[in-house]
Amino acid sequence: MANQLHVQVVAVEEKIWSGDAEMLVARTTEGEIGVLPHHAPLLGLLKEPSQVRVKLAGGEQLTYDVTGGFLSVDADGVTVLAESASPAEPESR
Amino acid sequence: MAGQVQALRRRIRTVKSTKKIAKAQELVATSRIAKAQERVNASKPYAEAITQVLTALASNASVDNPLLKPRETVRRAGVLLITSDRGLAGAYNANAIRTCEQLIARLREDGKDVALYVIGRKGSGYYRFRNRDIAASWTGFSERPTFEDARKVGESLLEAFVAGADDTDDSHGPDGIQGVDELHIVSTRFKSLMTQSAEAHFLAPMQVEEREREPGLRPAYEFEPDAEELLDALLPKYLNTRIYAALLSSAASESASRRRAMKSASDNADDLLKRYTREMNSARQAAITQEISEIVGGANALAAAGSDE
Repeated sequence: MANQLHVQVVAVEEKIWSGDAEMLVARTTEGEIGVLPHHAPLLGLLKEPSQVRVKLAGGEQLTYDVTGGFLSVDADGVTVLAESASPAEPESR
Repeated sequence: MAGQVQALRRRIRTVKSTKKIAKAQELVATSRIAKAQERVNASKPYAEAITQVLTALASNASVDNPLLKPRETVRRAGVLLITSDRGLAGAYNANAIRTCEQLIARLREDGKDVALYVIGRKGSGYYRFRNRDIAASWTGFSERPTFEDARKVGESLLEAFVAGADDTDDSHGPDGIQGVDELHIVSTRFKSLMTQSAEAHFLAPMQVEEREREPGLRPAYEFEPDAEELLDALLPKYLNTRIYAALLSSAASESASRRRAMKSASDNADDLLKRYTREMNSARQAAITQEISEIVGGANALAAAGSDE
């Protein structure tokens, strides 16, 4: 648990995914950012449209297409808030 | 007598078909409530997260956003009323409209002009029938609102709010558009299956609660981009979320209200059916009794006439 990152991906109409991961990669308006466990608290606006990648412990990776999103990192983990989010098409990874 | 039986039979048929409609509506509404409640719950994680984020932002950044600052003089207030598209929902629409009317009366008393925004065919019909001005209205999604709908509404409200910033007492400001200086929303809150209440709330300028400062525990946030820009981007989203939540809760209330109304309608139809059936039976029996006594009377008269000869 200590070196796991608690990730939540929430869209307005429903919660998309939540669980533990090793790393989260997203692109804010300033640039790409990778979030590891124990990251400093951060609020970021995601680029429009953008992809969020969640790297799971087993080397697996989940990718979401996100619109109208932003990112909040606090002591409890990372929350990606989006107006809409959907799993990305495999070939566009 | 036979005519009365006929009439009653027709009444019974009418009540029966009315009951069928009421019953079907009741069942549909019952299943809709469950779905609507699910959607209310599904939307909660986002609403909670965005509130948390805004609270963090507001207590970390110097807040100087037009959406947060109350205007010095409020000339015109926007009121968003949420009603249903279809009737047969008991007092649901009447309550929402009455609450809206009270709010408008109060705003007028304070010397504010009112711009009406209406969601739902029933509300817009009410005001159109009375020839009252409606700034904008949306219909067609009262029973299953999507976030897209909420965003459409939110965008035009926001536009009016922003346009109101430069209005003066006798002109519409440099942009030539008459906007509004504050926004209210009238929606129906779903408390339980039996209780729903129409309520008026303040929508903008928004009041973000600054959380009580817990010494030493408040995380120092980094912002990307800076806090002001983030706030500019987040507040409209927050406004839309508020509208979306109000839409969902109103949709659940609408179904609950319709279910209750249709339940009492079909119960009432049952009572009527029972009464009419009894009335019809006794009318039929009375007709038969009368016929028999006429026959018996006739036969007796004939017999009496025969024995006289």
